Amino acid sequence: MNQPAQTIERTPATEQPVLSVRNLTKLYAPSKGCHDVSFDLHPGEVLGIVGESGSGKTTLLKTLSARLAPDRGELLYLNSEQQLMDVYQLPEFRRRQLLRSDWGVVHQHPQDGLRMRVSAGANIGERLMAVGDRHYQQLRQRGLGWLKAVEIDEDRIDDNPSTFSGGMQQRLQIARNLVTHPRLVFMDEPTGGLDVSVQARLLDLLRNLVMDMNLSVVIVTHDLAVARLLSHRLMVMRRGEVVEQGLTDQILDDPQHPYTQLLVSSVLAP
Amino acid sequence: MNADRHEHVSSEAASPEGYNFAYLDEQTKRMLRRALLKAVAVPGYQVPFGGREMPLPYGWGTGGIQVTAAVIGSDDVLKVIDQGADDTTNAVSIRRFFVTTTGVDTTEKTCDATVIQTRHRIPETPLSEGQILVYQVPIPEPLRFIEPSETETRKMHALQEYGVMHVKLYEDIAHFGHIATAYAYPVKVNGRYVMDPSPIPKFDNPKMHQSPALQLFGAGREKRIYAVPPFTDVESLDFEDYPFEIQSWDHHCDICGASESFLDEVVTDDQGGRLFVCSDTDYCRTRVEAEGVQAVASPAKTQEVLS
Ligand SMILES: Nc1ncnc2c1ncn2[C@@H]1O[C@H](COP(=O)(O)OP(=O)(O)OP(=O)(O)O)[C@@H](O)[C@H]1O
Ligand SMILES: [Mg+2]
Ligand SMILES: [Zn+2]
Repeated sequence: MNQPAQTIERTPATEQPVLSVRNLTKLYAPSKGCHDVSFDLHPGEVLGIVGESGSGKTTLLKTLSARLAPDRGELLYLNSEQQLMDVYQLPEFRRRQLLRSDWGVVHQHPQDGLRMRVSAGANIGERLMAVGDRHYQQLRQRGLGWLKAVEIDEDRIDDNPSTFSGGMQQRLQIARNLVTHPRLVFMDEPTGGLDVSVQARLLDLLRNLVMDMNLSVVIVTHDLAVARLLSHRLMVMRRGEVVEQGLTDQILDDPQHPYTQLLVSSVLAP
Repeated sequence: MNADRHEHVSSEAASPEGYNFAYLDEQTKRMLRRALLKAVAVPGYQVPFGGREMPLPYGWGTGGIQVTAAVIGSDDVLKVIDQGADDTTNAVSIRRFFVTTTGVDTTEKTCDATVIQTRHRIPETPLSEGQILVYQVPIPEPLRFIEPSETETRKMHALQEYGVMHVKLYEDIAHFGHIATAYAYPVKVNGRYVMDPSPIPKFDNPKMHQSPALQLFGAGREKRIYAVPPFTDVESLDFEDYPFEIQSWDHHCDICGASESFLDEVVTDDQGGRLFVCSDTDYCRTRVEAEGVQAVASPAKTQEVLS
């Protein structure tokens, strides 16, 4: 598999960041959660968050994706009209609106992100219906198109995701999110729990979609191989703190912080 | 609810049987009326109320009974229907309950009633200004099928997050080729709240739209009241390419010949004999009694079959 740096063109950093994060903190207890996180995410950029279990990756992702109010800090989103929105100052309905249209969230467990008891087509169509799409045949066409895009047999459109394999469920979840052409997608371990060969296929698909749709992505993983394949930049977390961040290749090839060094060497160890 | 009626309500003496007028104590009725006023002010919005235990099981329509008890006055004329009929056990029991506890006059004639309590139907005879239609509601929350949490459904209503209602209709079309939902068909009230119209057939949905009557909905188990004030828009949800449609029959009513009423199919013998008859018995009878309508089958005979 190719290195992402060679296959994904990075958008010049002169463009305004789509997400600006300043001193974001959400702690359940000392060093449980995320503390003082700051970064900018530019259009088309993929940021990986890595770290061991319990380091605060999911907490940070939830806080970033407007689903968990921070104790302090600022989260600014630049919308498609180039207006800067202070996410946690917005009324709740605007935040939920963002999550349904401009943003997408891919959960680690597909059952958290899918409606398991309605068809694949309805799962894909839901966001469109939520923003007012009222034409059944058009919804169906969009559903078929997206099934194809995520490599699910089109004749599965009326089947419930509970009859799908884990990999298919994850791809359906991605389709369900991307159907409204979000600008910003948050993913929590999207390949976790999948077989290695299934993982590889999903990663390939994700990488292509990210490029084709010029998505900005924050992806949580504890798999450094996934991070290397997908992300331009990397953030390493430990006990709620970001211990190191920078370009993915730099961090993985020349880690500075002792914890990162440990992380990288344990992966490389035979 | 006219001023007249309010005076009556507050000055009611105890009923002949020694109950308070309409069974409920005045404080409970006031509490219910406050909930009703709020419901009328925000059409389609579910108002919680501190329901009282009624001397009837929930399945008997205690929500509707409490609403009726809160609005009925001694001048009112009450009609009670169940599945369109005035003479089912449920309808008879509720009517008897109010006769005993209020002494009001009752009627089977839709046009003579001032308060109509109903389960499963809206009368065929168009309602008029000043009439109140009280629905017995088993499950008031139209979003419950997809969202079990009450906190979340309240938020979804507040934020008008109604996309899932169309998910349900989408599934109907995907699996059956048409919108198969035939009862409790969801509506949007006054362009704002999505509402469950109680298990009436979708045939009756258009009657709610711009109705001159006041429509009140009571759910006893879940302790919710909601309302559609007179002359309010009530729109059935649908798709542009699958527009809302009501049920229709290839038959006319075998008793009164009506072609535009909701028909029940009745098995008449074990040789597969069938009749199609109006589900609204008062409507059917009124048509038969009216000049010019020829009875196709003997009403008496059919009534026998039905009971
Ligand atoms: N709702 C909560 N209440 C209390 N503590 C919590 C809550 N959610 C997470 N924590 C704690 O915060 C810390 C960070 O949890 P988080 O789920 O963010 O870690 P993570 O990096 O995503 O771990 P994993 O790789 O296992 O998913 C952990 O110690 C966890 O126990
Ligand atoms: Mg996690
Ligand atoms: Zn008839």
